[in-house]
Amino acid sequence: MFSLFKSRKNRNKALQIGFVGFLILIVIAFILTARSNLESQGLTSGFDFLDRATGIGLNFSLIPYKSSDTYSRALLIGILNSIFVGAISLTFATFIGIVVGVMRTSRNTMAKLIGTTYVEVFRNIPLLLQLFFWYAILISLPRPTKTTGIFDMFFLTGRGIFTPGLNISGNFVFFAIMVMIATSGFVLWFNYSRRFLKFDEIKKFKIKRIVWIVGLIISIVLLTIGRIPGTELINIPYLKGLNYRGGICITPELMACIVAISIYGGAYIGEIIRAGINSVSFIQSEAAHALGLSNWHKFSRIILPLAIRAVMPTMINQYIWLFKATTIGIAIGFVDFFMVVSTSINGSGQTLELIGILMGGFLMINYLIAWTLNRVNNLIKLKGIQVN
Amino acid sequence: MKNLSQSLSLIDLIRKKILVSKINTLVTLIFAALTLWILYLLVNWAFIDAVFGANNRSLCLDPTIETGACWSVIAARWRLILFGLYPFEEQWRAAIACFVIILVAGLSTLSYFLSAKNLSLLWLGGFSLFYTLMRGGIFGLTPVKELMWGGLPLTTFIFSMVIITGMPLAVLFALLRRSELPWISRSMGLVIDTIRSLPLLAILFTFAIVLPFVLPGWLIGDKLYRVIIGFTLFFACYQAEIIRGGIQSLPGSQEEAAKALGISYWHRMSRIVLPQAFQRAMPPTVNQFVITFKETTLVSIIGFFDLLSSANAAYGTALWSFAHIEVYVFVAAIFFVFVFTLSRYGAYLENRLNVTKH
Repeated sequence: MFSLFKSRKNRNKALQIGFVGFLILIVIAFILTARSNLESQGLTSGFDFLDRATGIGLNFSLIPYKSSDTYSRALLIGILNSIFVGAISLTFATFIGIVVGVMRTSRNTMAKLIGTTYVEVFRNIPLLLQLFFWYAILISLPRPTKTTGIFDMFFLTGRGIFTPGLNISGNFVFFAIMVMIATSGFVLWFNYSRRFLKFDEIKKFKIKRIVWIVGLIISIVLLTIGRIPGTELINIPYLKGLNYRGGICITPELMACIVAISIYGGAYIGEIIRAGINSVSFIQSEAAHALGLSNWHKFSRIILPLAIRAVMPTMINQYIWLFKATTIGIAIGFVDFFMVVSTSINGSGQTLELIGILMGGFLMINYLIAWTLNRVNNLIKLKGIQVN
Repeated sequence: MKNLSQSLSLIDLIRKKILVSKINTLVTLIFAALTLWILYLLVNWAFIDAVFGANNRSLCLDPTIETGACWSVIAARWRLILFGLYPFEEQWRAAIACFVIILVAGLSTLSYFLSAKNLSLLWLGGFSLFYTLMRGGIFGLTPVKELMWGGLPLTTFIFSMVIITGMPLAVLFALLRRSELPWISRSMGLVIDTIRSLPLLAILFTFAIVLPFVLPGWLIGDKLYRVIIGFTLFFACYQAEIIRGGIQSLPGSQEEAAKALGISYWHRMSRIVLPQAFQRAMPPTVNQFVITFKETTLVSIIGFFDLLSSANAAYGTALWSFAHIEVYVFVAAIFFVFVFTLSRYGAYLENRLNVTKH
């Protein structure tokens, strides 16, 4: 028996089987205990609960929702809200990051000082604390009855920021936006994918134009169908009773999440952009200078594109990390995916299934971000061998 | 030194090319004016117009005078913010305990302690002292249950527990992932990548609330320790990738030479590969410490009374509900001091590493 373990090959095999077996054993043990614990509480496992009514009220959703809707719809709303907050905050964070990164690498001492202060202040304070801070400021804005609007259209109140909106039912706006996203995605893909490189430019331009027109027409038709009859197109908020009615209300929770993640993420992305700009070889700008490019063109056409290409892989990780950070919205009561999952756990008791859905959702979204950005990275990265 | 001279001349070049001198002066003036204005507002708010003294609450709320920050809230409630629900008469113990951990963290930067053995002895010693002081029960100290801990000591406790247990685990994970046996490295890779792609909050939540469902009764334990285990696992997965990066940045010849000399696997790893890998991975490791320290605030969402929760509690009474900004600024300043010092140390290490490399 022991002679078997004398050969390295057999020993390695035994080690591997032992290790994998150990991991599988842990998982099986978890599942078995969970099942017996659940049975003793009279709960049945399975995904049937997804079709049951939730009875939970959600204070923010992009698509219509009633508390009599199913768990699956509530979860969908959670995912959409998370993606919504993530997309907006990451866009703002990138913008702030580029500005800060450029400021920190500029020759101007004042600009450098401001950029450095920004990064050091916002990067060294926990995100959750910043979120609480912005939220506390937003909800301590004056009460709706005491505010005066900006141009009588925008109202900053402690119950949210009110802006004019469209009198179109939510579902149709959502679909119209989806159509526009799909259209621009297709055009981008068509423009840059290597599969269509052989198409000549004029034909490509025509196809793109047709796709744009079709997409626009579909969304306009959707918006026209969705118009609520008997109302004006633009819906300006007005004071009724103690609060504003009509228009779009950006809730303090949503606003605080966006502000906090954008500012915090901007500081991190600024550092990445700075590293990218510093990594661009000075020969590049010398060459640009020799070709007679203006200062602005040298920066916008040569240095920034090269810098962004250099830091793209780091940025992908940063985006995923920031997207994961949107889960802290639960601390101030923003209805994101994680919040929907945890309230559903309280409501239905289907803990394991919902945690599985949570993990699956995050794995999927993160994988999607990584996949898309890696494709973008492959498209824009410099080809061939670089000579510095 | 090639890199250094290159980056210097790059800065010079950017200087010449982005901004022409006239615009440059204008930009400087605008930025300077902006900075001075913000600085003026800040100084006015924080010092000149501010109200100090614990008994001046009524002065802050007086509508007839224009007041800035109301630091009275800090003067009145700083012990609640710093120590949470820890018994009032015993709070000197919590203060000493925090000081011990800060001292230990400071000592670990000395070169004498920069070896695996000394460092782990130092941290274990410091941590046992911290735990004894906080928990009490011996040497005539009144016992204080973990349930009563809060504020800065709880934050330091979670942080140091995560680091002390997470580091060895991270080394183990990194070695397993780099194992030559394909099934071990693949399954470890799967575990690490899965945990890394989940939000920390979801993991903490799972360990705090879901784990009791899947564990047999005798294994459940205290909620605080379950959360720490979850946090440790998350930290170890991130740190394992950093160590793996350090190992991969070593030239392969190091390990090959050791193999040729007939050195066994454990000696190869512990004497040759890991020390060098750690040296190279030091800056990202410090960065990971920084992130971990900031992320300890997440436990307040799960319902622990850490520094952030005690800040919320400090202005949560009707008496002080108007003073939220002051409390947050105070706590932010505490976090800033710790995190900024740590990140400066990381930057210093990085610079030193860059100089010795060339």
